[in-house]
Formats: sequence, structure tokens, C-alpha cells
Amino acid sequence: MEYHEVIIVGGGGAGLRAAIEAHDRGADVGIVSLVYPSRSHTVAAEGGINAALREDDTWEVHAWDTIKGSDFLADQNAAEFMTREAPRVVRQLEHWGMAFNRADDGRMYQRPFGGQSYPRTAYVADFTGHALLHTLYEQVIARNIPIYDEIMIMSIVKHENRAVGVVGLNLKTGEVESFMANAIIFSTGGAGQLYQITTNAYLNTGYGMAVAYWAGVPLKDMEFFQFHPTGIYPVGILITEGARGEGAYLINGEGERFMAKYAPEKMELAPRDLVSRAILTEIREGRGAGPEKAYVLLDLRHLGADKIKKRLPQIRFLAIKFAGVDPIDEPIPVIPTAHYHMGGIDVDRFTRTELLGFFAAGECTSVSVHGANRLGGNSLLDTQVFGRVAGIMAAEFAKKHRIVDGSKAVEEEVKRIDKKIENLLNKEGHENVFKLKNELKQIMHNHLHAFRTEESMLEGLRKLRDLKERYKDIELASKKVTYDLELINAIQLEGMLDVAETMFVGAIARKESRGAHYREDYPTRDDKNFLKHSLFRYSRDGPKLEYKPVIITRWKPIERKY
Amino acid sequence: MQNGDIIKFVVFRFDPKSDEMPKYKTYDVPYREGMTVLDGLNYIIENIDPSLSIRFSCRQGICGSCGMLINGKYELACKTQVKEIIKNGTVKVEPLPHFPIIKDLVVDYSQLFEKLKRAKAYFISLDEDLEREFLQTPKQRTKIDKYLDCVLCGACMSACPVDETDWEFLGPAPLMRAYKFIGDNRDKGAIIRLKAITGIDGIWRCHLAYSCVEACPRELAPAIAIRNLQKIAFKWSLTGKISK
Repeated sequence: MEYHEVIIVGGGGAGLRAAIEAHDRGADVGIVSLVYPSRSHTVAAEGGINAALREDDTWEVHAWDTIKGSDFLADQNAAEFMTREAPRVVRQLEHWGMAFNRADDGRMYQRPFGGQSYPRTAYVADFTGHALLHTLYEQVIARNIPIYDEIMIMSIVKHENRAVGVVGLNLKTGEVESFMANAIIFSTGGAGQLYQITTNAYLNTGYGMAVAYWAGVPLKDMEFFQFHPTGIYPVGILITEGARGEGAYLINGEGERFMAKYAPEKMELAPRDLVSRAILTEIREGRGAGPEKAYVLLDLRHLGADKIKKRLPQIRFLAIKFAGVDPIDEPIPVIPTAHYHMGGIDVDRFTRTELLGFFAAGECTSVSVHGANRLGGNSLLDTQVFGRVAGIMAAEFAKKHRIVDGSKAVEEEVKRIDKKIENLLNKEGHENVFKLKNELKQIMHNHLHAFRTEESMLEGLRKLRDLKERYKDIELASKKVTYDLELINAIQLEGMLDVAETMFVGAIARKESRGAHYREDYPTRDDKNFLKHSLFRYSRDGPKLEYKPVIITRWKPIERKY
Repeated sequence: MQNGDIIKFVVFRFDPKSDEMPKYKTYDVPYREGMTVLDGLNYIIENIDPSLSIRFSCRQGICGSCGMLINGKYELACKTQVKEIIKNGTVKVEPLPHFPIIKDLVVDYSQLFEKLKRAKAYFISLDEDLEREFLQTPKQRTKIDKYLDCVLCGACMSACPVDETDWEFLGPAPLMRAYKFIGDNRDKGAIIRLKAITGIDGIWRCHLAYSCVEACPRELAPAIAIRNLQKIAFKWSLTGKISK
């Protein structure tokens, strides 16, 4: 058993930021991660990070853009806090050596992004996430913060109503390992792997959310999942919004810049929920491009080779590798792709959860600053602002509240997890883990995508619950423990099924359209009945749904036009 | 190649826990348009042999998890199209040579990460004023442009002839990443860093064989960075900034 004052589960943008902050405030910190930190999915973020850095921009406008973008589901105090902190956390990254692209005056260059009234997205070409994650990682190694890598945390240990430790499987050794801590931070990332077509990495299963949910921590706003407008057809790999920020056009099969019909003012730079629905509408109404009219085109040609090579080298590389087209000469075929979960572990703007000693930050949470639809460039910002806050809060909590006598509870939990893994390895059954996982992804794609109806969602939920039953009947073929992908998938799938269930339950109950949650049977926003957060509590019979109010400080909800 | 054509995947298998010797196993994988080597390996795991261990995550060539030797070439499995690398209907997949093997294609990277620390491959500055940003002109930025997007896949370390015989050599990726900061006008750690990388395991051990340049799946040039470091270290030792 390892002990640290603060244990951070997850080594992406939020986790590493939290680790640095807690360390610099004198806490003894350990990072436990499913992958080696430099592999975390923050690395794949492309476009940039938002902050009102220039004198003619203000955090208030950034806050307003964020809140309007959220379709008024963001907690306004949290959005104000994030945008006010933004310039300092971005400059902090710059002070740690992140190699931002520069303007002629030597300051950070900022490009326009969707749904924003000012060009405020700072970036490193189109691999901003890579630069950000590696910068943080370098600062972590400079501080000698211990990293326990390739450990999948499967359980939070509670003792006397507070979190005292975590237990999980070491992928490299096959051993169950445990960690005790005075304070625990979860920064375990998103859940894009629930969908068939996604920008997310294989590790983004939402399993961390499930682990928190099972420990009695509620999840929030789970029905809100963002579909990024431009994934490479058909694999769904991300083409950054930065491409449109630099001026790329969206063109349908008839050669028309169709965004003029949907967002005459902002055009291609309308928020993602609107652009994704516009693209899907074009395809549904038969105006897609290609032999099967199954996609639309992202045209960068008029930007010229020089700009593409300097500012968008990574997406040029991706388009060549995965679509077989060089965007200098040909437009890229694109489709909307599952990208970001606005929902997650319910935290307040101090990253606190209902469970004492348990904090969370990053995409696995819902603060909520993104509400029903996140703006591009705000997720990296979220990881930095709230990762930092989690580090402060956990370090303080750990100093004030030492754990006493939690080790027995941790040892008990180790035994339970050991047994759980043994059962999985030895049980007999008829179902294949990979097959079930693929069916889950299809269900989500077919029944809980960008366009939703009650009928289809009820059918999806029925299929999902059937899948949960069938999960009990799985049998593993490999029966190994060292780096065994079948076992890893079996463990994660249990969590994925429960996370998916909350999403269905929330989406069926929310009889309105707001941000990324679009109901064809209820196509308008209903502030009278649904200006509220959904909250999901775990029970053996499925999620218990509650609601809590949205915090409004100064901006009354208005109709969202772009 | 057409959809449904059978591709022979010849895959290196070794479980140090139970096997005395590594072996190669052959799997038949049906081709489909756009299939990457990672897709092929996943097909094997999901449909033929789930005991095969591989490491992968982002599937877009940026996380660095799936560095492997594919038909003798250093590659990231996720961004390598089967049709571009196939030879005589066969794709041979092996783990990165000279890395300890955890299982099958999964290698132990801890040496590489440890060396980043030893090379002080991190930004050093004492300026804490967050009310303003450091200035760097676009021209100054071009000095480090070419060294930014290393993904720590380990290909260069695996290909390096010095690393092969001397495990203590800091190696191409850590040294290139150290150079990235020395070339950055905002960094103040050049002298500390040069001291760390000019010892017996440092830059002077490099033969300039350029194997790392050939190996890098992201087309970076660690050897050029090391050569630049040698020039700087030589000049600075003459002027007494660092000892000879």
C-alpha cells in the first residue's frame, strides 16, 4: 500500500495541473494513471485555449460567450470564475515554457473560434493539447512527483463518510494495488468511447465517472454530449475548429456554403451544436457529398499552402493519413463525431463533491461551466483553472484532515477487488466482451446522437438494459492478467454501461431542446420546466434522477442566435 | 488491395512470466479500405486471440503509445496504413528493439522517462510574474519550431546504435528535448542543462549515425539537435561558461 497526502487519479491536463499546484503548496503528492501521463488524451487537443489576454478583450465578454454557448445551463458564477482566472493560467503555461504561436509584437497570437465575439484562442499550431500536456509533464518531472502509471483505479475506499483511498489493477503486473491519501482528486477524462464514431482515445471510456458514481457521488447533466462538427469521414478523427477559425469553409454536395442558412452571421464559426446539426440536416436531406452523400466537405484550399503548413500541420498530416487527401489540393470529407462530455461528476466551482476528501476536475466533471454545449478552446481552459483549484483544495484539506485508521477499510477493499477480478477470470458464460462493447457503441450512435426522440431513446434504453443483463453472462477467453486487453475491457464495460444508462435516463426525462441535447419531439428550449441541472445517484435498480437549480448571477436567458 | 483480401499478420509473442523464448504467430486478417496496422492488431484481439497484448490510445499518431517495428520500419501502428507497408501479403509486427518486454508488443519505457529527468528536459525560469507574458517574436520561435512535437514513442532510442550498447547514454529524444529549451529565448536554464548533458553519458557519446532521424515516425531530427548542442557546448567550454 502506498500513502501520499494527496493522490491524483488521472494524469492528463487537469490531473498534472493539480499535481503541480498541490506539490508547490507543500503537499506530498502521488499521481496514479491508467496510462503513462504523456499518453493522456489531453495530448490530442488541437485548436487552443481561451483567455481574454488582450487589452481590448475582457473576461466578462468571455463569460457571456461561454454562458450563451452553454444555452444558459452553465452556472454563471463558475463561468465568471473560469474566465476571470483564464489569463493567469494561460500565462502560467507560457511561463512553464509552452511554445505558443506568436504575434509580431512577441505576444501570444490568438485566433477566432466558434461562438466567441473576440479572437481569444491561444494555440501551438494545431497540437495545442500536446504542447500543454508535455509542458505540464515536464514540470512534474522537474519536481520529482511520483507517478504510478498503468494502474486502473476501480474503487474509492470510504471510511467514516470520507474518501481515504483508492484501489485498482496494475496492468503491467496484474496485481491489485492500493493507495491511501488524506485527499483524492479524480481527473479521469471523458467517455467518447461510448460512441461508434468519436474523436476520443481508446482510454476515454468514462470509467472514472462510474467509479465515483458507485461510491455514491452523483453525476450531473449526463445527457449533454457534444458532437464535434468535423471528424474525418468515416473514422471520426478530429479536424480542429481552428481550421474554420483560420477561414475554412463547409460545403455540401451541391457546392453550397450551407451555414448561411443556419447561422447567417457566424457562418462556420457558430457553436458546435448548431454546426453539427446543420451538417447532419444537410446529409439527411440528401445534400451530402461523395458517392453515398454521406458527408460534407471542409475546404481549406483558399487558405494557401503556407498558412496550412504553418498553422495546421497536424490536421494536414491526419487528412493525408486517414482520408487520403492533402487539404492544400482537395477538401476533406467530414462528419460530426462524438467529442466531449459536458456531463460528469457533480462538483462545485471549488472542485468539491458530496464526498468529503474527494475532489474532481477536468472532463470527468460537470462544474458546470459548459452547460449544454461547450465552446471550442474552453476545455483546455477548464482543465487548467479547475485542475489548479483542485490542487489547492486537496492540499489544504490534506493538511487539515489527516486520515486516521483507514487502512483496514482499504485492505478490505483490496480483497473485494481481488475477488472481483478472480471471478471475471474464472466465470463461465456465453457472451464476448468485445462484441458487447461494440453493440453498446451502436446503441449510443443509433439512439442517443445529435437528434433525439422519445420513441428512439426508449428503444435504446431497452436495448441497453438488455445488454446489462447479458454482461452478467460474459466469459473471458484469454484468462491472463498481465496487460490483458480483454480483462481491461471487461472491467471498463461494466462502468460504460452504467454511464450510458444515466445518459439515456437524463435525455428521456429532459423534454426540451437545449444545446447539444436536441429533441425532435420537443424542438425548443423550455426554461420554465428545464432550466435546471440533472443529477444522477447510483442505485441497484438504475439511476435515481434529481434536479438542482442553475446558478444565475447577471445574465437572463435569451434566445440563442448566431 | 480489395476489401476482404486476407492479410498475414506475423506478430511477435512473448510473455516473460511463462515463455522461455519469444515466438512469432501468424494471423489471417481480412483487409478493409483504410485499415491501419493498429486496426489489424485490434481485429486479432477482438476476433482471434484476445491474449495478444499491445499498447495504444489516441489512434491519431500523437500520444506515442504504439511505437513498434512494422516490416522492419519504426512506426506508430495507429497511423500506418496496411496498404502502404504490406510486403508479399504480410505485415510483420515486433516490439521496439532493445527495450525490455513486459508482454508481446508492450515494452517498458521507464528508462526513457528517467532520462528526460537526467537531461533536465524541462523549462527553467524563475520569473513568477503572471501579470505579463514573456515575449518571443515569431522569428525567435522558429528556432524551436522543428523540435516541438516529439511524442516519446521511443523509436529513436530503439534505433540509436549508442543506446544499443550503452544504456546510460541519454539518447536522442531526451537530448533533443533538452535542446528545445536551450534554443528558447525565454528559458534561463541553459548552463545547468548543458552541465547535465555534457558528462560521459551525454552529447559527446553521439556518433551522429542519424539512425534516430531515419527512425522518427514524426519526421523529427534529434541528431541535428544533438549536433547543435555539441556546437554550443564546444563554444561555451572555450569561453569558460561551462567546464571542458
